[in-house]
Amino acid sequence: MSSQAPDLTSSAAPDRGDHHAVPAKRHPWLLFLRRHPTVAVGGILLLLIAFAAIAAPFLGTTDPTKVNTIMRTRAPSAQHWFGTDVLGRDLYSRILYGARVSLLVGFTVAVLSSVCGLVVGLFAGFSRRMDAFVMRIMDGLMSIPSILLAVALMALNRGSVGNVIFAITIAEFPRVARLVRGVVLSLREQPYVDAAVTSGTSLPRIVVMHILPNTVAPMVVQATYICASAMITEAILSFIGAGTPPIVPSWGNIMAEGRALWQVKFYIVLFPAIFLSLTVLAVNLVGDGLRDALDPRFAKKI
Amino acid sequence: MFAYVARRIVATIPVMAVVALFVFSLLFISPGDPATVIAGDQATPAEVERIRHSLGLDRSFIVQFADWVWRLLHLDLGTSIFTNLPVTTLIAQRIEPTLSLMIVTLIVAVSIAVPVGVIAAWKAGTWVDRMVMAFSVFGFSVPVFVIGYVLAFVFALSLDWLPVQGYTPITQGIVPWFKGLILPSIALGCVYIALIARITRATMLEVLQQDYIRTARAKGVGQKGLLFIHALKNAAVPIVTVIGIGIALLIGGAVVTESVFAIPGLGRLTVDAILRRDYPVIQGLVLLFSFLYVIVNLAVDLVYTLVDPRIRY
Repeated sequence: MSSQAPDLTSSAAPDRGDHHAVPAKRHPWLLFLRRHPTVAVGGILLLLIAFAAIAAPFLGTTDPTKVNTIMRTRAPSAQHWFGTDVLGRDLYSRILYGARVSLLVGFTVAVLSSVCGLVVGLFAGFSRRMDAFVMRIMDGLMSIPSILLAVALMALNRGSVGNVIFAITIAEFPRVARLVRGVVLSLREQPYVDAAVTSGTSLPRIVVMHILPNTVAPMVVQATYICASAMITEAILSFIGAGTPPIVPSWGNIMAEGRALWQVKFYIVLFPAIFLSLTVLAVNLVGDGLRDALDPRFAKKI
Repeated sequence: MFAYVARRIVATIPVMAVVALFVFSLLFISPGDPATVIAGDQATPAEVERIRHSLGLDRSFIVQFADWVWRLLHLDLGTSIFTNLPVTTLIAQRIEPTLSLMIVTLIVAVSIAVPVGVIAAWKAGTWVDRMVMAFSVFGFSVPVFVIGYVLAFVFALSLDWLPVQGYTPITQGIVPWFKGLILPSIALGCVYIALIARITRATMLEVLQQDYIRTARAKGVGQKGLLFIHALKNAAVPIVTVIGIGIALLIGGAVVTESVFAIPGLGRLTVDAILRRDYPVIQGLVLLFSFLYVIVNLAVDLVYTLVDPRIRY
């Protein structure tokens, strides 16, 4: 959280005044980023990491899975920027390729949770008969600590990136469902929705015209937090041996492999740790900034 | 009052039922054959069959579920596939380190986070406030095992102030017990402190704007009394709620923290069970932790209805 971004409560008021100071000729996106520097800082950091992940083959990396037993556990050097691991694999390459796993898991879980949560939340919010039933199930899912829920799912499935995404989505989507249901319940009582109902607007049209636009802002904010927590959960799962298979270079796997040697070869654990923390930090900064920018009053309830 | 407490307790029953049903039916809804996955790649068909039988997968869902619930109500969580010991026995052997870690973390985190949040709200907008908020983003972003390794590297390995790894039972003395828990509980508590401090600050900011605070100030209440008695008391409900909800973070984090610091608790039991695909143990642990979480939150609810007369029953 940088100095300019106030937190949950105070955000609405203090920012309102100073946007008149910004020249009106600027592009609206630049204006937005200037008023919400945390989004800008987080966004740039995230773009850099995404670029490194996508362009990994062109950034001086070697094959991240190539074993080189002569070069085992070498300290960082000009040839191996971040050193090598217990099998002599180049850590710099493994970490750049590992970014792909983290970003893929974080982004996919955020999207899937939003979609599932939106569907379930809309259903619960509009169906007076099924509401209590559906929400009890969501409450039940939410009372299983998400890492343990993912662990239980992973224990029964073979380790793969797809299964990790599935397991974390199951653990995260009830939060979105509850959020969407909350929006629906509060909007359902609004006079303008009543008016729409009275004038014979169909339910799908009410959902699309009146409900969905109001769920977008809180859902985007929630999705960034889910993205951040999914990346941490993926790393934790891989770290304790319940995540992506060891062949996949993910940050959690690299740390798990370096764990036995951490007292003597600390860099094997340290480098993926730094990258993981920076990536999660970037996503959280974007999330905090968006929360302050979009709707501070609603964000407070999350 | 009594009716309210009874109603709240009854309301947790469906939640627990959903948890139990879900954890149980995972065996059935997961794609593929769990018996084959659990047995591993080198298993003979006979071994797969033995596991299938011991998990009860060769009987109908309803019969198994009824049987499982019946045993659950008698506090029988089944038998470990790997060690053939009752899951309850395994849990009982490992519960002390985990409870110690969680209780110490809870106490440390709350006693740091609440004052810090209050001070941040009091000094809102100053550098003190910004430091607190920066720390809070940091706490949310740096995963527990990263903090754990860095702390262990600096304070145990390099400076040699505290034990690097392991756990000393409380029966061998309070001081060694506590020394072994300092680093793990700071690592585990970071995200929890960030969460509580943030909510405390937000709630306090709101409370401090209210009229009665101005009145109290006008009648000459000192700054400390104003913040920690008049204001904090009225900000208590959201803070206490978050402390309850945050227990889920502690539970998930404990699994990892115990791996980093080689603490032989329930987290290690979980990790061992994953590596051996010992599903009954995992099932028992998930149920235990979820139950703990629900009970803590029920207790939190009940406590603040007792404390805060504004909450109507």
